[in-house]
Amino acid sequence: MANLNINIGKLQLKNPVLTASGTFGYGTEYSDFMDISRIGGIIVKGTTLRDRQGNPYPRMAETPSGMLNAVGLQNKGVDYFIENIYPTVKDVDTNIIVNVSGSTIEDYIITAEKLNDLDRIPGIELNISCPNVKEGGMAFGTSCISAAEVVKRVRRAYKNDLMVKLSPNVTDISEIARAVEAEGADSVSLINTLLGMAIDSEKRRPILSTITGGLSGPAVKPIALRMVWQVAQAVKIPVIGLGGIMNAADAIEFILAGASGIQIGTANFIDPTVSIKVIDGINDYLDRHGFKSITDIIGALE
Amino acid sequence: MKKFMLDLIVKKNETLNNQYSLLILTSPEKLPEMLPGQFVEVRVDNSPSTFLRRPISINYVDYEKNELWLLIQIVGDGTRKMCELKEGEVLNLLIPLGNSFSLPENKAAKLLLVGGGVGIAPLLFMGSYLKERGYSCSFLLGGRSKDNLLQLCEFERFGDVYTTTEDGSHGERGFVTQHSLLNGSNFDLIYTCGPTPMMKAVASYATKTGTNCEVSLENTMACGIGSCLCCVTDTTEGHLCVCTEGPVFNITKLKWQI
Ligand SMILES: Cc1cc2nc3c(=O)[nH]c(=O)nc-3n(C[C@H](O)[C@H](O)[C@H](O)COP(=O)(O)OP(=O)(O)OC[C@H]3O[C@@H](n4cnc5c(N)ncnc54)[C@H](O)[C@@H]3O)c2cc1C
Ligand SMILES: Cc1cc2nc3c(=O)[nH]c(=O)nc-3n(C[C@H](O)[C@H](O)[C@H](O)COP(=O)(O)O)c2cc1C
Ligand code: FES
Repeated sequence: MANLNINIGKLQLKNPVLTASGTFGYGTEYSDFMDISRIGGIIVKGTTLRDRQGNPYPRMAETPSGMLNAVGLQNKGVDYFIENIYPTVKDVDTNIIVNVSGSTIEDYIITAEKLNDLDRIPGIELNISCPNVKEGGMAFGTSCISAAEVVKRVRRAYKNDLMVKLSPNVTDISEIARAVEAEGADSVSLINTLLGMAIDSEKRRPILSTITGGLSGPAVKPIALRMVWQVAQAVKIPVIGLGGIMNAADAIEFILAGASGIQIGTANFIDPTVSIKVIDGINDYLDRHGFKSITDIIGALE
Repeated sequence: MKKFMLDLIVKKNETLNNQYSLLILTSPEKLPEMLPGQFVEVRVDNSPSTFLRRPISINYVDYEKNELWLLIQIVGDGTRKMCELKEGEVLNLLIPLGNSFSLPENKAAKLLLVGGGVGIAPLLFMGSYLKERGYSCSFLLGGRSKDNLLQLCEFERFGDVYTTTEDGSHGERGFVTQHSLLNGSNFDLIYTCGPTPMMKAVASYATKTGTNCEVSLENTMACGIGSCLCCVTDTTEGHLCVCTEGPVFNITKLKWQI
């Protein structure tokens, strides 16, 4: 049994496996299938200041080895989260992290402030990379200036762990990572979805109501892995890698590329218990290769 | 209701015609309890173009024989692979998912189950469930031609069966909503599942006649358990997930233009 404990920024995790925002609900949707407290951390749905209905149906298109989504941050708002959802998840023995999104910087700040005082929420993931909303979202994450500005202002307002989720839809992701590091981000997570499109040739129409959407799943893994490797070399804060992880071998590739933790997204839809299998698989890998701790293989690419 | 991820074994794969197969699944263990209207999410292996699970209605459950029936229409690679499964092969399912059709309080209520194409699938289970509980019901089933009318003998075990085909090869010619049965009788509750235009026509008939009506929707899904929010339909309560708040909705809750 290797030591899987890892500290990432201000977070203390029992293992490096987290579930990605928007793909694991609030965690409780999965508790029929497994003991969700075994997961290192659960990043809940994208949460905004006010209630959002999201985009019209259809919001999903299956693609080769992946999927496009255009959910558009449907959620009932941060106050609803605090009053109705927090009580149902606060006793789960894992790190519950809230993914925060907004249309304006003020939205981000107020939402983060409201989450400051929840004892059992050790951190937030700042989503400056959602490709599916008209205002805000990815717009903040695709320029160094606006990414730095939103992180700076939220950093002043939020005292616990601040993970910043980066968009791959940029020319140089390392620059953005450095910009948010300079403003006090505790860690960066990447990648959010890649902007894509699907067309129904029979109907001569786009499949998604929004025409474009975010691509995820194994199709994006090589791009995600390359970006994690680049960012890990560019910043000193920890990097959390995600994009197309389907099994323990995929997860270990990200860790070798420099990630201190990994997130599992789309794979939860195919196997709701995949995160547990990845945790066990990482442990087996460490034992098999004679490593005592997960920290021995972070960035250990030869 | 607790959900499970189970490996079920193909006991029989019966080809009904070149478009449809009936998959009979079983397990060494007792199958979980399921309700009519619920569905399963099937993982399709060995089909590179089938990445996500496929939602399929529960067609029938035989608790005595420990059998779960799935009625499959071939529309793409995923459903084709399911129809090619051999006896003894294993199929991984999330089960049971979604809500169910509601039961009227009055056992004497006049109930009509209207199905079209592969949408008849959940109605067979509902018919058996109703009969077991002392209700009586009628089935009105429609298809393009007689090849699209499936499981008629099975339906006859649970109630009167009326049919329509567009080419007149079985029953009355036309669409289900043109069947003469709908002229004379008054029903208390209609359950329907099938192509959206058919369900909308049924919903419109129900609205006009003031009949209570439940429809079962087939939105495309990714997770099937309420975590991705991809499968929503617009309702009087906002966007609701078809996989958890549905697939069965009362038409008064939907924002259909009918
Ligand atoms: C709750 C629910 C219950 C269902 N029950 C059954 C059932 O009992 N038996 C059965 O055969 N099918 C059922 N379906 C539909 C079934 O899920 C799809 O036919 C299947 O996913 C298609 O997969 P495929 O890989 O064969 O085709 P794909 O290659 O994915 O698609 C082929 C074509 O079918 C269309 N299509 C795919 N999924 C749907 C859908 N959900 N609605 C409308 N068009 C679609 C695609 O746009 C495409 O044009 C149900 C769907 C839902 C949501
Ligand atoms: C249906 C769906 C909804 C998502 N919602 C969010 C969200 O609310 N906030 C966010 O930061 N990322 C969201 N994502 C992106 C994922 O968290 C993740 O970054 C992306 O899917 C890549 O990882 P994967 O390939 O493992 O899925 C969503 C992804 C999917 C598929
Ligand atoms: S399919 Fe994921 S929420 Fe319904």
